[in-house]
Amino acid sequence: MTDTAPALRARGAEPDEAAAVDESAGRGGLWVDGWAQLRRRPLFWIASTLILVLLVMALWPSLFTSVDPRVADLALSGADPSPDAVLGRDLQGRDIYARAIHGAAPTLTVGLLASLGTVLVGAMAGLVAGYRGSWVDGLVSRVGEVFAGLPFILGGIVILTTFNQPGRIVGEVRIVTQVVLTIVVLSWPLAMRIMRAAALEISQQDYVKAARALGAGPLRIVGRHILPNTLAPVLVFATIQFGVFIGAEAALSFLGIGLRDPVVSWGVMISEAQERVADIPQALFFPAAFLVVAVLAFVMLGDAVRDAFDPRGR
Amino acid sequence: MREPVLSVRDLVKHFPVTRGVLFRRTIGHVRAVDGVSLDLAPGETLGVVGESGCGKSTLAQVLMRLIPPTSGTAQFEGEDLFAKRGAALKAWRRDMQIVLQDPYTSLNPRRTVGDIVGEPFDIHPEVAPKGDRRRRVQELLEVVGLNPEHIRRYPHQFSGGQRQRIGIARALALRPKVIVCDEPVSALDVSIQAQVLNLLSDLQREFGLAYLFIAHDLGVVRHLCDRVAVMYLGSIVETGTAEEIYARASHPYTQALLSSVPVPDPTVRRARIRLEGDVPSPADPPSGCRFRTRCPKAQEVCAEQPPALGLRPGTGHATDHPTACHFAEPPRLVRAE
Repeated sequence: MTDTAPALRARGAEPDEAAAVDESAGRGGLWVDGWAQLRRRPLFWIASTLILVLLVMALWPSLFTSVDPRVADLALSGADPSPDAVLGRDLQGRDIYARAIHGAAPTLTVGLLASLGTVLVGAMAGLVAGYRGSWVDGLVSRVGEVFAGLPFILGGIVILTTFNQPGRIVGEVRIVTQVVLTIVVLSWPLAMRIMRAAALEISQQDYVKAARALGAGPLRIVGRHILPNTLAPVLVFATIQFGVFIGAEAALSFLGIGLRDPVVSWGVMISEAQERVADIPQALFFPAAFLVVAVLAFVMLGDAVRDAFDPRGR
Repeated sequence: MREPVLSVRDLVKHFPVTRGVLFRRTIGHVRAVDGVSLDLAPGETLGVVGESGCGKSTLAQVLMRLIPPTSGTAQFEGEDLFAKRGAALKAWRRDMQIVLQDPYTSLNPRRTVGDIVGEPFDIHPEVAPKGDRRRRVQELLEVVGLNPEHIRRYPHQFSGGQRQRIGIARALALRPKVIVCDEPVSALDVSIQAQVLNLLSDLQREFGLAYLFIAHDLGVVRHLCDRVAVMYLGSIVETGTAEEIYARASHPYTQALLSSVPVPDPTVRRARIRLEGDVPSPADPPSGCRFRTRCPKAQEVCAEQPPALGLRPGTGHATDHPTACHFAEPPRLVRAE
């Protein structure tokens, strides 16, 4: 040590900078703080109330209506809203309100399971590809490109007609599973790419280097450092995809290869209504309104959650 | 010199340059570190100085075992550093730690300060019993001049200087013998630089640390370093005690670097050595002496023979400390004092 330049003493310095920090934040861990932040957001409460209502609707439709959504009375085809059927009747004379209530379960099931499946498969693949790099990355990326290269509708037609002859009546569980798996198989590369890009970026961060220098194993590095910092984009992606997947389900239904009668879903209702929009607008409008509200609720929730668990945004 | 704690010989790190998507061909090598030898004694500070892109940070990462070396050896307390695997490697990590350059990316934004400074104890649970960790973390925060009450805050709630202190506390947690400081103050304001440098030198005295201090500016390391090694394009061009380098620099590159250190006195006029052009690409370094393309003294011999790092006794270009220049001589012009 030649000289220690005693002009400025180090310890206890920088009081002016410390003062700028607000005292309210940072009492608990990430999740505690995130929850505290979330509780103060009206958007979060609106979105979760809507989602709660939708979930109750999906689980116990009889709480909302006692009308059988499958009972058709052709004499009442296209009837306007009335006390008898509050939202009117569709082409086949079925109660639109009852059908919309009963349509919640299959619609939400497909949307949720497809988002969940896509994110789980895609994020796992992207995490491994981005973190391991080298040939693993090459392999996962190329396989992903093959699946992403398939046009969605063409891929859906090929997969679903292979398993079901067109026009055949199939059970609800079976067709929902098939539609979900079809969507996951054709969409996971999107989540994989988002996760891979995020993992690649985070792997290069200095705090990952510091953790490796401390001797942290791959599990700790991925679990504590990479995953928490890459989750936000994937969560946002999942909420957006929730709506896209409901739309995809409707598209497959429209083509006669997705959900179909006797299953009731908003997508099925919309595709059925498309032929006679001018005559029976309520048959298109009301299921579409339910769809929009559901998608919006999930997007708002995703937005609020992302804001709460990203400390940089605070 | 005492028995060195860290001893590096002919360390080389080449990065392959590849082309092609499916079948990668190697079309060349970036010679980031090209034959570096150095010794670090316990409790001393060795400054490694050079321009951006001269391989300083690569050197640090190779020595931290973050990337594998191409060739060369390093011994830590007499044991082969690059042969360590598994438990031995993990145990060695307790003895050597790193403080990184950018305080804004070196701390995980989603973990509290307590998590960050306590992570070394999670990874090496044998160092501190579980119930003791919180106290140890608070102690560390106090040692680096932070408020121990701030244990639950997130990195973004701190300033750059405070964040760098958190990074130092993390490196200090396992009581290492050597800390590699990879430009720890380059990203900070000048006034904060002085505080962090003072903290580092206080800690050195308190804990008997040895520093490998990397910087791109000779001015910064002047008060901290016992010895200095100047790097250019992957190699050390001059090395000596701080006194030898600052007062009697004999390599034209060191002289140029010294002349670029600002003097805090507007009345002083001094000759400045201006270097023309950029650092040549390390993928295609010049023949002979690597500095010759920018050297004011370059002659034909410089293109033919790479000068060895040595004292060159009896040639008219003898120096009292190792220099890699055929025409080494004490500064003729005005010293950069």
